Amino acid sequence: MYHYNDFDRDFLANRNAQFRAQVNRRIDGSLTEDEFKPLRLMNGLYLQLHAYMLRVAIPYGTLSSAQMRQLAMIGDRWDRGYGHFTTRQNIQYNWPKLKDVPDMLDALAEVGMHAIQTSGNTIRNVTADHFAGAAADEIADPRPVAELIRQWSTDHPEFQFLPRKFKIAVTGSPNDRAVTKAHDIGLRMVRNDAGEGGYEVIVGGGLGRTPMIGKVIRDFLPREDLLPYLEAIVSVYNLLGRRDNKYKARIKITVHENGIDTIRDKVEAKFAELKPLFSGVDQQMLREIEGHFAAPEFRTASTEAFDDAYAADPVFRAWCDTNLSDHRADGYAIVSVSLKKHGATPGDATGDQMRTLADLAEAFGHDELRISHEQNVILPHVHKSDLPALHRALKAAELATANIGLISDIIACPGMDYCALATARSIPVAQEIAERFEELKLEHEIGPLKIKISGCINACGHHHVGHIGILGLDRAGVENYQITLGGNHTEDAVIGERAGPGFAYDEVTDAIERIIRAYLDVRESPEEEFLDTFRRVGTEPFKAALYPKETVDA
Amino acid sequence: MPRAFTPKVITANALLEGDVVYLTKDDLWTRDLSEAELLTDEAHADIRLLDAEKRGNEVVGVYLADMTAGPDGPEPTHFREDFRRTGPSNYFHGKQEVRG
Repeated sequence: MYHYNDFDRDFLANRNAQFRAQVNRRIDGSLTEDEFKPLRLMNGLYLQLHAYMLRVAIPYGTLSSAQMRQLAMIGDRWDRGYGHFTTRQNIQYNWPKLKDVPDMLDALAEVGMHAIQTSGNTIRNVTADHFAGAAADEIADPRPVAELIRQWSTDHPEFQFLPRKFKIAVTGSPNDRAVTKAHDIGLRMVRNDAGEGGYEVIVGGGLGRTPMIGKVIRDFLPREDLLPYLEAIVSVYNLLGRRDNKYKARIKITVHENGIDTIRDKVEAKFAELKPLFSGVDQQMLREIEGHFAAPEFRTASTEAFDDAYAADPVFRAWCDTNLSDHRADGYAIVSVSLKKHGATPGDATGDQMRTLADLAEAFGHDELRISHEQNVILPHVHKSDLPALHRALKAAELATANIGLISDIIACPGMDYCALATARSIPVAQEIAERFEELKLEHEIGPLKIKISGCINACGHHHVGHIGILGLDRAGVENYQITLGGNHTEDAVIGERAGPGFAYDEVTDAIERIIRAYLDVRESPEEEFLDTFRRVGTEPFKAALYPKETVDA
Repeated sequence: MPRAFTPKVITANALLEGDVVYLTKDDLWTRDLSEAELLTDEAHADIRLLDAEKRGNEVVGVYLADMTAGPDGPEPTHFREDFRRTGPSNYFHGKQEVRG
């Protein structure tokens, strides 16, 4: 884990003191809202539907136990006793009071955290594979380089007023769990034919109003060229990106309008200028950062206790079968803790749950936690012999739901229950779908399936890349939900296809059930997953199930 | 013939708490929509809005929201305003909690 040095601490202390003074000046009337708004947004403070909202970055999704405990304390003391984990590896507090926010930021600084650049037209929180440093399929841990990018992009003077926000994601595994193809820049660690490590650089991906899968701008970038190359991309975008139209301002449109080859030529030219200016200090810093991310000392121990519990306890077995992933160290597992208990709000954790998770990470998980873009919490390093005790403790905290990757493990944005931009609700739709399939006891029979729900076209809920995507819209003053099918967020990223006309709020769950019944009917075997069936049969059987009358008429 | 004017209330978020407030006819900010002044005349509504916009040290984001006249005061015509007056649907937080 990265630990702040004196520079980081001083920087943050100064910035927080500045913001405290700005808040005071807003409250005493010396600053107008027009003057204050850009200042609060630079520090992650939004004004939403019912209250202010503070968005705190969790860089590359990594937390220590001490940080998680502090997040719990902040939620208990200044919010409503919970926090909401988001698809961008942030945590959002939905009910802060303006005068308390400077204290919240000081409390975050105590554990090396902040809310800087979680808003505004800047480079946002750098996200990464939530299994980083633990996954069996990993080439290298992406977090040191993500930290380097965080340091480079934080308060970068050239990139504080970009045409639009800018999001970077990094993965160190060929199996992309970081949705790199739907980011402004996606970085995939790869090896060239000579066996040297580097990056495949993807640019111009994004969801939202105009969804685009990112394009490869450089298939192999040597490791040491990363920062000058990133600086070249963002600098080209900063000049070329459109500032005349907010909806055409993201780099995906710049790439689309100019063509990837033109963008590449410009980036390469800029890179040739910038490269000599990087003296190598960035690589020295990277080496130092890498030291912070040394792997824990994995122990060697018998897994007999695990094997016995697995054989004897069906509840434990079901949880293991869905919530564990392969770890690179023998005898270890990656544990995904579901924040999607059936009927609960996806991504919400109470202060008590956060403290429990912190305690468990300390006791069983080498003091590490991760937040996934799928809004779950990961304990990346747990020895299998500790899993039975861990599972018991999770059960007691209502955190042992065995549904990772299943139909109730739904991504949902806050939607119109909180968000000022939303056009419809997301959370209750997710709650109802999860409860429906829990009642039907069909979840495990259905198998791996990703439903993703957004409450507006901006697509925070990643609906375009859900196997089943749901988009909530306002149609003539009524909530209406469009369904997309066949999206995929992985290295084979695909934007889902719209199934047809939307559904009313109280029709969505039935519509999803019809899709699922159609899938269960047409799949070749229980082993054929939803997405594979979709690829084989296309949209027709699902459309027929969704719109029976139209099909007859046609 | 001019379009019929949809009645409105003046609404905003409170500066300190961030919660939804409405303007009463006595120029006070209330948390309760039923106490808001229902503006049925367009010219009057515009003047009330201009005056409310000057109160930037009390509230943020002043605007006119469409309403209809109900037995207990103004009623939202759109679901967004209905959520704003009530609170989120996943927890009993916000205004519904205060009222409840």
